[in-house]
Amino acid sequence: MSILVFIEGVEGEVKKSSLEAVSYATELAKKKGVATTAVAIGNFSATALSSIGKYGVAKVLHVTNDKLAQVNVMAYATALAEAAKKENAEVVILPKSSAVDAIVSRLAVKLNAGVVTGAVDLPDTSGGFKVKKSIYTGKAFTTVELTSAIKVITVAKNAFPATETGGSAQVEVFAPAIPESDFSIKITKTEKATGEILLPEADIVVSGGRGLKGPENWGMIIELAKELGAATGCSKPVSDMDWRPHHEHVGQTGVKVSPNLYIAIGISGAIQHLAGVNSSKCIVVINKDPEAPFFKAADYGIVGDAFEVVPKLIEAAKKL
Amino acid sequence: MKILVCITNVPDTTSKISFTDNNTKFNTTGVQFIIGPYDEYALSRAIELKEANGGSVTVLNVGEADTEPTIRKALAIGADDAIRINAFPKDAQFVAAQIVAVAKTENYDLILMGRESIDFNGGLVHGLVAEALGIPSVSPVMKLDIEGNLAKMAREIEGGKEYVEATLPLVAGCQEPIAEWKIPNMRGIMSARTKPLKVVEPTATESLINMLAYELPPAKGACKMIDASTPEKLFELLKNEAKVL
Ligand SMILES: Cc1cc2nc3c(=O)[nH]c(=O)nc-3n(C[C@H](O)[C@H](O)[C@H](O)COP(=O)(O)OP(=O)(O)OC[C@H]3O[C@@H](n4cnc5c(N)ncnc54)[C@H](O)[C@@H]3O)c2cc1C
Repeated sequence: MSILVFIEGVEGEVKKSSLEAVSYATELAKKKGVATTAVAIGNFSATALSSIGKYGVAKVLHVTNDKLAQVNVMAYATALAEAAKKENAEVVILPKSSAVDAIVSRLAVKLNAGVVTGAVDLPDTSGGFKVKKSIYTGKAFTTVELTSAIKVITVAKNAFPATETGGSAQVEVFAPAIPESDFSIKITKTEKATGEILLPEADIVVSGGRGLKGPENWGMIIELAKELGAATGCSKPVSDMDWRPHHEHVGQTGVKVSPNLYIAIGISGAIQHLAGVNSSKCIVVINKDPEAPFFKAADYGIVGDAFEVVPKLIEAAKKL
Repeated sequence: MKILVCITNVPDTTSKISFTDNNTKFNTTGVQFIIGPYDEYALSRAIELKEANGGSVTVLNVGEADTEPTIRKALAIGADDAIRINAFPKDAQFVAAQIVAVAKTENYDLILMGRESIDFNGGLVHGLVAEALGIPSVSPVMKLDIEGNLAKMAREIEGGKEYVEATLPLVAGCQEPIAEWKIPNMRGIMSARTKPLKVVEPTATESLINMLAYELPPAKGACKMIDASTPEKLFELLKNEAKVL
C-alpha cells in the first residue's frame, strides 16, 4: 500500500499547488503509516524534482516521454493509472488545477476509484475515509465518504500549507506503456503569458471591476499588483467587454481564487463575484460607494475614489 | 449531427444556501432552480451548431419529477427533445453512469455539458462519461467549431488558452464565451410544452462515495474601515494585524 501524488510543473519548476499536494499526501501517509511516491510527467529540471524530497517524499517517478511534454489529458490519465498500479497506491492525491480537473475523472474510471475534487482538509480516517470539500461555489461544505478500495482526491489550492520537513528524493525514470489512441486530442497552439504570476496560484490578487471605467486605466492595477507580487484579476463585465483577458475573470462563472489577500477595486460585490473569492483569507475592498455589497464580505474597506486611493497605495507599497 | 446536452437543475446563483434535517438535506424553501449556467452555455452552442449544420439537440437531465420545469426551459431555448433519468443525482459517478447508458445506444456525435455543476462543483461528469465510452474529452471549452468530422476547440488553461482538435465523437465541458445565452421567445415557450420528454428509469451502479453532511462556513466578522485620506494604513494592518503581507 502507498500514497501516490501527482506533480505538476510550470516552466520546468514544480508548481506551488503541487508542493501543497505533496505535504497533504505525506501528512496522510504518516497517519496511515505508509510511504508516499510522487509522479511527475514532462519536463522538469533535475533540482526541481529532487527538491520534492524536502517535503517528505522518498521516491519520485519521472515520466520523460517526449510526447507528454504538453498536458495530454488521456495520456496523462493512463500514465497516472499505471503509476498507481505499479506503486500499489491506495490513495492518489492531485493538486486541483485546470489540467488536473480534466485528467482526474478519467483516472478515477481507470482505477474504479471514488473521487472527490477540491478537498479543503486532510481526510478523517478515524472510521472510514471522509473528506471535506467546498460546494455551492464556496457557500457551503460537505463531508464525503469514499467507500471504494482506491480513492482519488484533488486538493484545493491554498487549503493546505506546503511544509518542508527535510530529506531528499530518489528520482526514478518511469516509462508506462501508452496506447496511440490516447493521443487523439491534438494540441495545435498554446497562448500563454510567461513570467506572470498565475491567478489561481497567487498568494495575493489585485482585481478590478467596471468602476475603473476602461482598459486604459488598468496601468495602476498592474503597477499595484507588481509592487505586491500579486496576480491581476477582474470582474465578469470587464472580461466580457474585453478590457482584460478571459482567464483573469474571477467568480461563479470564472476562476475561483483562494489567495491570502484579495484586493477588489471598483467591484460592487455581486453574489456571483463573491462566489469566486469567498475562500480568500483576507479581503480588502476599495469602492466609492459606502453601500457597495462587497463591504459586507470584506475584512478591510476603504470608501473612496479608486483613482485617488490606488496611486497612494502604490506609493505606500513601494516602501514595504 | 446528433448532439446530446446534459443539464443540471441547480439553485439560482443568487440563492441563499441553507440545510435542513440536521444538515443532511438542502433547504429548497424559497430557492429558484435554473439550468446550470455552464450547461446553458453548452446548450446555446449546441443550438447554434444545429442551426449551422443541421441535426438534432437532445437534452438529458438526471433528476426527479421536480426538475421538469428546468428541462422545459431547455426545450423552450431550442432543444428538440428531452430525456429525464428518473433518479436523484446522488453523485457524479452515478450521473455519469446514467448518461453512458443512454449514449451507448444513441451514438451521439457530440456530448456537451457545463465544465462543472454549480451545486457540487465536481467538474467530473464529462471526463467520467468520455472515459467510459472510450472517446476524447476536452474541458473547459470556450470555443467550439465543427468542420466535417473534426472539432476545433479552444480550452482555457491557467494563464491562457490552448487550441486543440479531435475527431468526433467527443465530450466537451463548456464555459463562456462559447456562445451567448439564448432567451426563449414566445414560440419557443409554446412549442416546449409539446416537445417529447421521455422519462427513463435509472440503471443500477456501484456506489463509490456517500455524501454525509453539510455545513456552512463560519460567519464573517465586521469590515474594518480605513480612511481614504490615509490608505497607507491599510498595509500596516495587513502586515501586523491580518498578517497576510
Ligand atoms: C449566472 C451569472 C453568473 C455570473 N458570474 C459572474 C462571475 O463569475 N464574476 C463576476 O464578477 N460577475 C459575474 N456575474 C455578474 C454579476 O452579477 C455582476 O454583474 C458583476 O460582478 C458586476 O461587476 P462589477 O462589480 O465590476 O460592476 P458594477 O456592478 O457595475 O460595479 C462597479 C462598482 O464600482 C464602483 N465604482 C465606480 N466608480 C468608482 C471609482 N471611481 N472608484 C471606486 N469605485 C468605483 C461602484 O460603486 C460599483 O460598486 C454573473 C451574473 C450571472 C447572472
